[in-house]
Parts: sequence; C-alpha cells; structure tokens
Amino acid sequence: MSLTTAHSVVAPSANSKRIAGTIIVLYALISIVPLLWIFATSFKTPPDSIAYPPKVVFQPSIEGYCNLFTTRTRQTPEYINSLGPATGFCDETSRKRNMVIAGPSNFLPRFINSLIIAFGSTFCAVFLGTLSAYGFSRFKVPLADDLLFFILSTRFMPPIAVAIPIYLMYRELGLSDTALGMILLYTAVNVSLAVWLLKGFIDEIPREYEEAAMIDGYTRLQAFWRTVLPQATTGIAATAIFCLIFAWNEYAFAALLTSGTAQTAPPFIPTIIGEGGQDWPAVAAGTTIFLVPILVFTILLRKQLLRGITFGAVRK
Amino acid sequence: MAEIRVQNLRKAFGDFVAVQDSSFVVEDGEFFVMLGPSGCGKTTTLRMIAGLELPTGGQILLGGEDVTMRRARERDIAFVFQLFALYPHMNVRKNIGFPLLAQGMPSAEIRERVEETAKLLRIDHLLNKSVSGLAGGDRQRVALGRAIVRRPKCFLMDEPLGTLDTEFRDLMVHELRELHNRIRATTVYVTHDQMEAMSMADKIAVMNHGVIEQFGSPREIYDRPATMFVADFIGSPPMNFLGFGGGLAKGAKEVVVQGAKVAVPEVREDIAPADMALGIRPEHIRFDDASKLRGAIYGTEYLGTTQIVAVETADGIIKARVPAEIRLAAGDHVGLTLNSARLSLFDKGSGRAVRTAIHDTASQGRAQHG
Repeated sequence: MSLTTAHSVVAPSANSKRIAGTIIVLYALISIVPLLWIFATSFKTPPDSIAYPPKVVFQPSIEGYCNLFTTRTRQTPEYINSLGPATGFCDETSRKRNMVIAGPSNFLPRFINSLIIAFGSTFCAVFLGTLSAYGFSRFKVPLADDLLFFILSTRFMPPIAVAIPIYLMYRELGLSDTALGMILLYTAVNVSLAVWLLKGFIDEIPREYEEAAMIDGYTRLQAFWRTVLPQATTGIAATAIFCLIFAWNEYAFAALLTSGTAQTAPPFIPTIIGEGGQDWPAVAAGTTIFLVPILVFTILLRKQLLRGITFGAVRK
Repeated sequence: MAEIRVQNLRKAFGDFVAVQDSSFVVEDGEFFVMLGPSGCGKTTTLRMIAGLELPTGGQILLGGEDVTMRRARERDIAFVFQLFALYPHMNVRKNIGFPLLAQGMPSAEIRERVEETAKLLRIDHLLNKSVSGLAGGDRQRVALGRAIVRRPKCFLMDEPLGTLDTEFRDLMVHELRELHNRIRATTVYVTHDQMEAMSMADKIAVMNHGVIEQFGSPREIYDRPATMFVADFIGSPPMNFLGFGGGLAKGAKEVVVQGAKVAVPEVREDIAPADMALGIRPEHIRFDDASKLRGAIYGTEYLGTTQIVAVETADGIIKARVPAEIRLAAGDHVGLTLNSARLSLFDKGSGRAVRTAIHDTASQGRAQHG
C-alpha cells in the first residue's frame, strides 16, 4: 500500500467535494424548477397553461401580463368590429377573444401597497430593533433577560392565532384596511427578530469604539452613529432582509385585515379570475413580478447577508 | 498638560469593592504607571479618571478642576485602549483626525495637525492606508496619534502594549518613553508587566485587591518595598522571604534566621512579638561556605551573564542570582551570605515593611492602606 496519496486532514477530499457539489446542484434544481414553471406559465396563453399533457415548449405570449394589468369586458363581435383599429398587442389579443379592455386592473395599486407596507415596516422594525438592541447590549437594563424573553415570546404564537383579536382591535381603532395598520402590525411581528439578531451583532462590536469616541469629544448618540452603526451594517442588512421577506410574503393577516385600499399583492394575486375560472398566466405573471423586488434587494445585499449568516463563526 | 489629583477614590460594583480609597498625585508632565495583577482595580481607576466609570466616592481633579462627575468628553483627556479601538471603516488619516472633527475644526487645519502628528510618530507614509492592514506596531502608533493630535490635558493608556508581539513591545516601550520625553504630557499608564513599568515610569503605584500598596519611583519600589506583596510582585525572580519569630526593638541590628545571626539595617520602630519575614533580593545573596545559613542546591537556571540558583533551606526554596561562571551541581551544600544593607523586614501578619535604616536615605515609599 502506498502512502503517496497523503491529503490534508482539514481540507475535504476531492471525492467529498464532488458529492457535496452534486447534492447542491440537485437541491438548487429542485428549488428552482417551480419558479421556472411559474415564469414559463406567465408567458403562456390561457389554453396552453391548462393544456394536458403540460406544454414545455410553447409559443410565448404576453397575454398573461396584459390580463394582469387590465380588466376586460365581453362584447359582441359586431361591437368589436365597429371599433377602430387595435391600439396595441394587448388590445389585439383581447379582441381575438371577443373582449375589450375596460380599464387598468387593481394589480398595480396592490403591488405598490405591498412595497409601501413591506419596506415601511422593515424600516421601522430595523430602526427600533437597532436602538433597542444597542440599549440591551450596552446598558444595564433592569430585568434585561426577562424583557428579552418577553420580546422573543411574541414570536412563539403563530400569527393566525391572534388574528381575530387583532381584527377586532383594528376595527375599533379604524386601522382596518389601512397601510398604517399593516405597517404597525408587521413592525410588531418583526421587531422581536430584529432585536435578537441585532443584539448579537452589536454585542460583538467592542465598546471601546464608542468609549474612544466619547472621550474624543462625541456624545453617545454621535458615537453610536459614527462608530457602532458603520460596523453594524452587516447585521442591519441581514436583519432587514429577514424582516422584508416576512412582510413581503405575509398572507394570513393581509387576507384578513385588508380588502380594498390597503390590500397587498399576496391576497390579491389568487383572486385574478379569467374566462371560465382562474387566469393562470395572469396569476403567474403577478407572482413573477412579485418576486422581483425581494430578488433585487437580496442580490444587492447578498454580500452582507452571507457575512451576516457566518458572523461570529470565526473570531476576528 | 495638567496635574492629576486623585483623592480617596472608591468604586464598588454591588458588594465587590474594585477600588478602595485610593489617593495619589500625578504631577504635570509625569509618566505614571499603575501596576498590579489582573483584577487589582488599576483599569477601573483609569476608567474613572477618564470618565468611563463614575466613582462611588472620592474626587478626581484635573489641573485643579474637579471633574469627578463630568462626562468623558468634557474632561479633555485622551485614552489609548488595549485593543487600540481603531475604527475599521476609516483610514489612518480619518482615525487620527476623528477627535478634531468632534471639535468642529476646519478640515484644512485638521489635515495639517494630522500630518504633523503622523510625522512625529513616523507614520506619515501610512496616512491613506486602511487600518485593518496595519502591523501591530503601526496600529499602536495610529492609536497614539489619535491621542496626541488633540493635545489633551493628559493621556491615559490601558495596557496599550498588551497585544503586541514581544519584539514590537520592546521597541514600543522605548518609543513611548522617547515620545514622552519629547512632548512631556502627563501620562497614566496601566500595565501588569513590571518590566514595562520599571523601564518607562517616573512614578509607579502598585495595586492589589483595589488598594494602592505602594506609590513611588521605580527605584524606591524595587529597593524599599512597602509591603510583602510589592516585594513579591516586583522583581524576577521575586524577593525571597525567610521567616523568623519574635519582636523587634528600636535600634536592633540583627535577627536570628534559621539559627543563624543575620545583620540587618538598624530597626527604627518597636514591633511586638509576631511572625516576621526577612526579605532579600536574589542578587543580594552570595555563596559563602563560612555562613551558618545553609542549604542544598536544588536546581540552576542558566541565563548567560548570570544564573538563578534555587537553594533548598529549612524554610523553603531561596533563589539567588550569582555570576554564571560559578560551577554548581544539584545536591551541593552551600552557605548563604545576605547583603545586610539591602535587606527588608516585614511583619508577616499585615505584610507591612518594618521601618529600618534603609528608609532614612531618600524620600520613603509610602504605604497606603484602605
């Protein structure tokens, strides 16, 4: 037996790297296939989307996107023929199906609601979370452990368990179906996560930095702003992503507490109805667009997120 | 620059008393070192002077002004931390200029002052570098630069060399002292390393369990330790203690140790019978076969110019520092002669040094008990 194949005791061997690589690729495929299917469906025509066997190769169409952004009414062929020439692709496709565009759909306002509520509540949760995490990390807070546990305990219950009391409360307070109400609610849910995550990050920043700044003539707030915050960006970014993902995807509260003006995209998308039932291409188009902001946000902050996830694993 | 006057300073964390009624004066331009084992209260004292901790009692005066309860930023002091606390998101120039920015100094002036400081510390070529890539010694210099740039009333340093490699440390000890000689800033320096303390300090305060055991020049502290703790803490190897019983009368000139008469500096006070100890530094012991104080060689430690010889006596191991040329073998029986002029006597119960003729010559090291 030869000893020429001596390998490092800490670095993984070529074989285990290959196995790990295969597992990762398989997992990525399993995760990505549904997303790809949704993306593909959004470019199918309604008949193609429900064709059996399912069509993998098809003639792409943006009818789904047309249907997502518009509402249409059925008209007689005579009426349609009496109209002038079609003004665009969407107009043309709907006329082929004996429909006329009646106006914009509610998707855009719902999407904007989602943006306002998700980003607004993320900002509030991270802002409040950073300040209270700093307080817990640096000051002697009476009953700090109990308070931190209490904050965490607000996450113990599934949100739906408190949905009815919140619904009643919001109705009394006039917060039902308002963006403010949803921002408050998502902030309340996310702030516990933010405090706990950020406390960990801030604990790791030596207090000498602020002490040095305070001796050098800065107030505590200035010292916090100029020395702690820049070093906590990783943690803040990671926390913001987690908060945003929750607020962006949240369905149960949104379905219960919003119906009109403040409705977010998640409860709206499944209600898109087409001819003879669910308009799958339009639903898929809505879902695809709905994925974009969170995707962009995550890609922008991915470096911080990665550093945030592995933070504390290696001591500096 | 200013004098620092600390009066009956006290700090308690709940039941734990970290600093007990400390009083000392650091004169204008002096390099003052607080020395002691970890947990002795030296850092807490420093942090109280800085304003990072508020004292439980006592007073701190900076240049005659009572600053005891003032905020850190209102004290006009500079602090060098053990881990330097250089801001990783700023480059060297911004780090050094950071305290000036707080004062609202115009940026042209900041630039000038930062460059001047960097030149003084010979780091002007690093100004635009990021601090994270700097070597230990340069980090230390940047931290010093941030302290000097403001020209504060005094500098406070908390074990600033603690994290450096040995080679850098010796260099920085030298550099720090040289810097001090040039700018003559009142400095309070905290360390647990006696070599740093001895080589840099004008004055040293040795602390233990929150109490200043002795306050004096390095020479006073080494030659005339005020307590057994100081005698044991300073010196490598530390002072040897030989126990003896009985009291001492004023004017006594010898004591009996292990059956041998040992001449001692003339005693200046009466001591009631108690357990006593005779303290002798290793370098003040010679081998002399005629001596009645005897022991067997236990081991030797060769150091080049000298050697440390451990001798087993009836009262435990005694370490002597003798010239390296002397050939000795383990098990040899030797007689020990002590240099009487350099002996200290201690009361074992209180640990306090007995007043003898060695305290006559210069200003005495003061022992302060809480």
